[in-house]
Amino acid sequence: MSKNKKIEKPKVAFFDFACCEGCQLQIANLGETLLDLLGVVDVVEFREVMSEKWDKNYDVVFIEGSIGDHHAEERLKKIRSRAKILVAYGSCAALGGVNGMKNSFDIEEIRRYVYGDKANYFDVKPTKAVDQVVKVNYYIYGCPVYIPEVVEAIKCILRGVPYSVPDKPVCAECKLNENICLYDKGVVCLGPWTKAGCNSWCPNNGNICYGCRGLVSNPAKNQANDIIKRYNVNEKIKELGKELMNKKFKMYNNAKEVLDEHKK
Amino acid sequence: MSIKNKDLDIKVEYVTRVEGHGNIVVNVKNGNIEKCEFHVVETPRLFEGMLRGRSIFEAQHITSRICGICSCGHSLASIQAGEDALGFKPSEQTIKLRKLLLDYEFLDSHLLHIYLLAAPDVLGVPSFVPLVKTHNSLVRKILNMKKCFNDTCDILVGRHVHPISAIIGGFTKLPRPKDIDSMIDILEGIRKDLDDLLDLASKLKFPEFYRETEYVALVNDTDEYPLLEGDIGSSDGKRFNKKDYRLATNEFVDPRSSAKFTKLSRESYMVGALARFNLNSKKLHSKAKKVAKELKFEAPNHNPFMNTVAQVVELVHCYEHALNILKDLKKNGVDYSEEIVVGINEKGVIPTRAENGVGAVEVPRGILFHNYEIDDRGIIQHANCIIPTNQNINNIEYDFIKFLPEIINEPKDEIRLKLEMLVRAYDPCISCSAHYLDVKFVD
Repeated sequence: MSKNKKIEKPKVAFFDFACCEGCQLQIANLGETLLDLLGVVDVVEFREVMSEKWDKNYDVVFIEGSIGDHHAEERLKKIRSRAKILVAYGSCAALGGVNGMKNSFDIEEIRRYVYGDKANYFDVKPTKAVDQVVKVNYYIYGCPVYIPEVVEAIKCILRGVPYSVPDKPVCAECKLNENICLYDKGVVCLGPWTKAGCNSWCPNNGNICYGCRGLVSNPAKNQANDIIKRYNVNEKIKELGKELMNKKFKMYNNAKEVLDEHKK
Repeated sequence: MSIKNKDLDIKVEYVTRVEGHGNIVVNVKNGNIEKCEFHVVETPRLFEGMLRGRSIFEAQHITSRICGICSCGHSLASIQAGEDALGFKPSEQTIKLRKLLLDYEFLDSHLLHIYLLAAPDVLGVPSFVPLVKTHNSLVRKILNMKKCFNDTCDILVGRHVHPISAIIGGFTKLPRPKDIDSMIDILEGIRKDLDDLLDLASKLKFPEFYRETEYVALVNDTDEYPLLEGDIGSSDGKRFNKKDYRLATNEFVDPRSSAKFTKLSRESYMVGALARFNLNSKKLHSKAKKVAKELKFEAPNHNPFMNTVAQVVELVHCYEHALNILKDLKKNGVDYSEEIVVGINEKGVIPTRAENGVGAVEVPRGILFHNYEIDDRGIIQHANCIIPTNQNINNIEYDFIKFLPEIINEPKDEIRLKLEMLVRAYDPCISCSAHYLDVKFVD
């Protein structure tokens, strides 16, 4: 490349679908680091804080939120067709997230419950993760996303190298942080089954892992069984009712599971 | 002001935070306003439906995901409703820390709205991004303060977006003495920057537009500015226990729109900073009162644009109030034996019962209601949430109806900007509102 040629900054855009927009807010929460980021990329669309619009192609798009209706699917496909790199940003986009809980209900029934006789105004479909609609190039998990991981992932994206999401359980990080195991405190924690990368954010603050980053692809079954045995998890499940515990495991992971079952 | 023979067709589509897609539709033909509406359609995320069958001990975690901006507010309303249903009485220390958390929520949210979302209008730019070049030190100050408020929240509850440690029963982790010290240091460290920003706030000019409406906010009989607890009060003299929130909101469906409206004593009511200021300004911290005086801002004020100014005043109040709580915690210490882990109540640390519970909490955008009905095992049977922005929709529409004839002879761009600014003044969940407007005029 000629030295005189000005290097174009990559055109970056943020789009949100069904979500709380908290993951976008994490970007605003970068503080002055945001200005550093703005120094290396051109943010051309970011509705949460900007009214500027862009009508050309994008180098990188961040998709926040899950896909819950026909209109959203079409909009997402259009964005994909204009984007070189597409990032599923946050658990709603990457997994379906909490929006996936509705997939356990009869969609018609739940719509009627919330909107009554106005239900027909709303086009409600089972929740989908972004990669159930279009191809995804990068995944950033978390509800909300963990800022140090976002910065790492963005560095990889801008350098054009893959970002590998840790595929070890949250426990690996939790142990390094020297937290007292939540099982020792008598509650069921999803750490052993959930992807790390958040630096065991919730257990560091005394709460259980809710599984927001999705399940590890290859859980250590023997160790998990050890935990279930040692802490009488099955007893606890019996006392509370199996359904309640199942739901706990599916808070974030329902969208893919249920839709995949439909495929079968 | 003549609007004779005037034709105007405005269609504004925008996406708000949790309320989903909202539209402004204005249609003027031969000087007659045929349509002047503001619709907010809730994004079909169906939280109330999804909560059914889940443990009440998961409600905070799930409902905080309604909104990333107001997740601490949703958490507090959810916890209050859950504890009300369970008959659990939180400790004094817990209440103190929850008030601190709510102060942080106000600081973070109001700062974002006043300076990053509303101020660009007044400075004539489309967003804060161009200000990075023209007002670099100012933008740095604002972003730094934003980060500071965020950091204090991180220390107290793990993070601002979807707080971790605030749960039914109390806190899973309580701040250590060094945490309290650093929260005090962080807040004291930005005192000068805050003063500078107040100076900027005094220069913000808002349109002159007045429409008296009913103002609804929490009220109490003490001298505390009520944010976390209280009865539901109104400027038309109504007062209800929070259990009777449905008598205050009177949700109704209007065939024109697919959104639910609310009203109380008259056609519409307003919630948010201006409503709180109008009802409770006497209870503000003395420094906040002083700032209000300097800004020549007095209750009652009937200009909805002044909601942003009321936020400035509350910013000062919450800043001082938070520091007072922190200094009290530093002086009297924290009882760490109150740390509690509940999970989904596997250990049965909190007894359950079949009951109905209501949470009514002031969050930055107004009064927020959560209501759960649980069975004897603590499983949610019914859930209902009424969000501030939804309560304001009806009021925004009535503002439009009065405001439009007053500005109809101004240039198109000016009309559009002023309608956007009016919507934005209500701070409808981070004012994504007017920043995603696709405004179409047809003369």
